[in-house]
Amino acid sequence: MQVNEKEQAAEIVRRSGTDISKCMQCGKCTAACPAGYKMDIQPHRVVWELINEHVDVLQKAVTPWKCLSCFACAERCPRGVSPAALIESVRLSIIRQQGENCITVEEIPAYIDEKMPQQAIVAAFRKYNK
Amino acid sequence: MIYNYYPGCTLSTKAKLLDLYAKRSGEVLGFELKELVDWQCCGAVYPQADDEIATKLSSVRSLAAAAAIDGKLVTLCSACHHVLKRVNDDMANNSEMRDKVNAYLELDTPYAGETQVIHYLELLRDQVGFDKIAEKVVKPLSGRKIGAYYGCMLLRPAGVMQFDDPENPTILEDFLQALGASPISFDMRNECCGGYMAIKEKGIAQGMVSEILASARNKGVEELITACPLCNYNMDVNAASSEHLPVHYFTELLAEALGVKEEEEN
Ligand code: SF4
Ligand code: SF4
Repeated sequence: MQVNEKEQAAEIVRRSGTDISKCMQCGKCTAACPAGYKMDIQPHRVVWELINEHVDVLQKAVTPWKCLSCFACAERCPRGVSPAALIESVRLSIIRQQGENCITVEEIPAYIDEKMPQQAIVAAFRKYNK
Repeated sequence: MIYNYYPGCTLSTKAKLLDLYAKRSGEVLGFELKELVDWQCCGAVYPQADDEIATKLSSVRSLAAAAAIDGKLVTLCSACHHVLKRVNDDMANNSEMRDKVNAYLELDTPYAGETQVIHYLELLRDQVGFDKIAEKVVKPLSGRKIGAYYGCMLLRPAGVMQFDDPENPTILEDFLQALGASPISFDMRNECCGGYMAIKEKGIAQGMVSEILASARNKGVEELITACPLCNYNMDVNAASSEHLPVHYFTELLAEALGVKEEEEN
């Protein structure tokens, strides 16, 4: 089923469980974000793009692949908004498409060393693949 | 006292010391960790989206199994604790999720978040008591300049985790004090280590670790403790050799202070 960008934005926000209408664009989330310097769209701008029902720009950005899910943004947001949950939801909108998984079992040996905890591999599969 | 124990995917393999010394210290402190039968991997990260149901089922199975015994489940790995505690919160407070999960699992007794998820550190603080631990210390860690690195998973989101003050946590410093050490609080103790980025984006993890270690070194920290296998890994493997600090699981130091860590295991 084809959905337009507006509907897709609404769905991304809905399943994130966060209320973007509370965001005042103060940028505290971005100030708190340890991966922000690697992102092309900063956490507070992710919220802004979704307020404006823009999805394409977020799906093409590197931001969804740089977020650590460390929850610093959500913890420090004075309005109870969770950019972390929004970024996760954007990421899901990408990896749930057919052929968009981002990691394969075959490539794992090249990434790991003998000390690497299983936890990291399990986490990566959950983050990069549907 | 016997507690149901959830070891998770990493503690019998890459993070054996975290597990071994938790159990051995428990013997000295008067409790036993009994592995939950048929526990399943929690998945290592909490699925944040409201429409993620299948990825939460394995956690619910473990939580419901503990509910059927005595309603308590002890965790040790920060990530397991995070996932189980948040899924449990969903089961208690998100009725739509609860209904869908129960409809799928068809448990004998529907599950609604009844189990109390207790991190080993909470067990030490709230059930045993740090003062009681201090009384059992035979080899105080006197004079050791130890920094506690908390990371993210135990602390945030504070509303659900209810573990400690998310910005100024003290539980690990209080723990170290009980063992006779001189804990040093450093600014970046609750910042992220880079987590799973260690797999595909090593550079991000290396950047985080460098800042955290600089913050610890600036305060005079000479060794670190963690509660998380992935924090431990990143602090160890993704540190520049000029910045590297020895890093231990908190249970190793507990066992050492209680006199149940063999010399050759140091
Ligand atoms: S999400 Fe919160 S912290 Fe970020 S800009 Fe909006 S109100 Fe500020
Ligand atoms: S959860 Fe993601 S967006 Fe939020 S502070 Fe951490 S890395 Fe930044």
